[in-house]
Amino acid sequence: MVADPATRLAEDLAGLDALDIPRRDGLDLVRRTWSAAWPKLMAVVIVLGIWQCVVWSGWRPSYVIPGPATVLRELGSLLGDGDFYRAIVITMQRAVVGFSLAIVVGSAVGMAVSQSPLLRRAIGSIITGVQSMPSIAWFPFAILVFRLSESAILFVIVLGAAPAIANGLISGVDQIPPLILRAGRVLGASGVAAWRHVVLPAALPGFVSGLKQGWAFAWRSLMAGELLVIIASRPSIGVRLQMARELSDAAALMAMMIVVLVIGIVVDGLVFASLERRIRCNRGLLENRAA
Amino acid sequence: MTLTRPPRLGALVGPVKIDDVSKTYGDGRSAIIALDHLSLEIADREFVCLLGASGCGKSTLLNLLAGIYRIDHGAVDTGGRRIGMVFQEPALFPWLTVGDNIDLAMRLRGVPSRVRPSEVAELLRLVHLEGFGQRRPHELSGGMQQRAALARALAQHADLLLMDEPFGALDAMTRDRLHDELERIWLGSDLTIVFVTHNVREAVRLGDRVVLLSSRPGRVVAEFSADIARPRRIDSEPVARLAAEITDRLREEVRRHGR
Repeated sequence: MVADPATRLAEDLAGLDALDIPRRDGLDLVRRTWSAAWPKLMAVVIVLGIWQCVVWSGWRPSYVIPGPATVLRELGSLLGDGDFYRAIVITMQRAVVGFSLAIVVGSAVGMAVSQSPLLRRAIGSIITGVQSMPSIAWFPFAILVFRLSESAILFVIVLGAAPAIANGLISGVDQIPPLILRAGRVLGASGVAAWRHVVLPAALPGFVSGLKQGWAFAWRSLMAGELLVIIASRPSIGVRLQMARELSDAAALMAMMIVVLVIGIVVDGLVFASLERRIRCNRGLLENRAA
Repeated sequence: MTLTRPPRLGALVGPVKIDDVSKTYGDGRSAIIALDHLSLEIADREFVCLLGASGCGKSTLLNLLAGIYRIDHGAVDTGGRRIGMVFQEPALFPWLTVGDNIDLAMRLRGVPSRVRPSEVAELLRLVHLEGFGQRRPHELSGGMQQRAALARALAQHADLLLMDEPFGALDAMTRDRLHDELERIWLGSDLTIVFVTHNVREAVRLGDRVVLLSSRPGRVVAEFSADIARPRRIDSEPVARLAAEITDRLREEVRRHGR
């Protein structure tokens, strides 16, 4: 029996589709995790090795640069200390509040500048200028205006992170393919709907890299702030660093430094890197690159 | 299979009128006249193919019809038709699934959310993409993406479908089958289609009428009525004969620029 033309057409299309459809690669979770983890573990081992060699060389006495074993023991005892967690909670609270404020300010500025050529000419380069200004340079001014308070720290976090976030959004909007915008217009997206359904989602990759960079700036500003703006009965990571230096407790100092580093890496990896990966994966920008 | 679409505004819908339209890009000495006093009428439910060499302003004309570009001179009257557009590239939104791309087109037209899922399913069925609604655009082949783009344009409840070399980037076998697909959908609908291409056979395969445009500036040089029974085949004798005639005329037009 000969199939009728409509069925034939459907079958032909199905055949072409089956031949043309891109394949999905099928690495399982365990192997993926392992292939991501071992280079990192290797790097940590190498760094610890170099550190130990420096200690062995006797370049500085061990009460100035203690070996990895001493510091890791110190770190272990910190993990059983309630005050340590209190310090982390206070620091992370500041980070979250400051970074959230920076997102609000940065997004608003970024949206405005990306839409207005006049505004871009006026403040476009200033945003980048503020971004490249070391956040520590803001602190004398912040302390003058806000005195030694939470506000001084938040002020500097926002100034540190918001320009990166604004620039991320601006470059995200700039890099939207014109065809996507045209398609949106033909579909009837204008004004707020265009922003919500077309521009913002299309600019998301740029925005997320801005957030990632903004987080790095926020975390740096926060650490600088906690060293300079020490508020009574507010034990923070910065306060503990400062105290360890005053007591010449090198092991505690280095243990806290490791904590600062680890928090920065963990937030970047768990929040921003995975967000970035998901976005790129959803949009088909990740194929053949993982290997 | 037919599309569920709201009834037309009037019983009789007038033609799409392009009246003495001119469009210039840039100004001064570097100005390029893309369209020069071009007039064209397209009947309701007609399938018109615009054909021409590079620089004939085919795409400009479509963008003027779609209201994306401003008209310098003359007027365009689409008779109150809703306009859908398919580009050479699918231009699907990569952050949405195929189904959500179609859904968004309806959402932006204010279609209530309770009827949208069933319409999305119906449109996916119409373009033979059942079961691919949850996929991302990049997970589909070029031909499938272009069908999804067609479904998205239809989801706008378009009466006037503007197609800008939609199959130009596809392989020949897929293109042939998409011609059949487009013809089938058009025959089962109220659509008026303006289809831009530089492929003569494609124009004859699809169009009721083939309009040949000159290059720089774009004007209508000739019109050919393709009185060939449907469904057509691109390799059939009547299609080949008319295509040969049009190709001769097109070459004559191109030669003019070399002199």
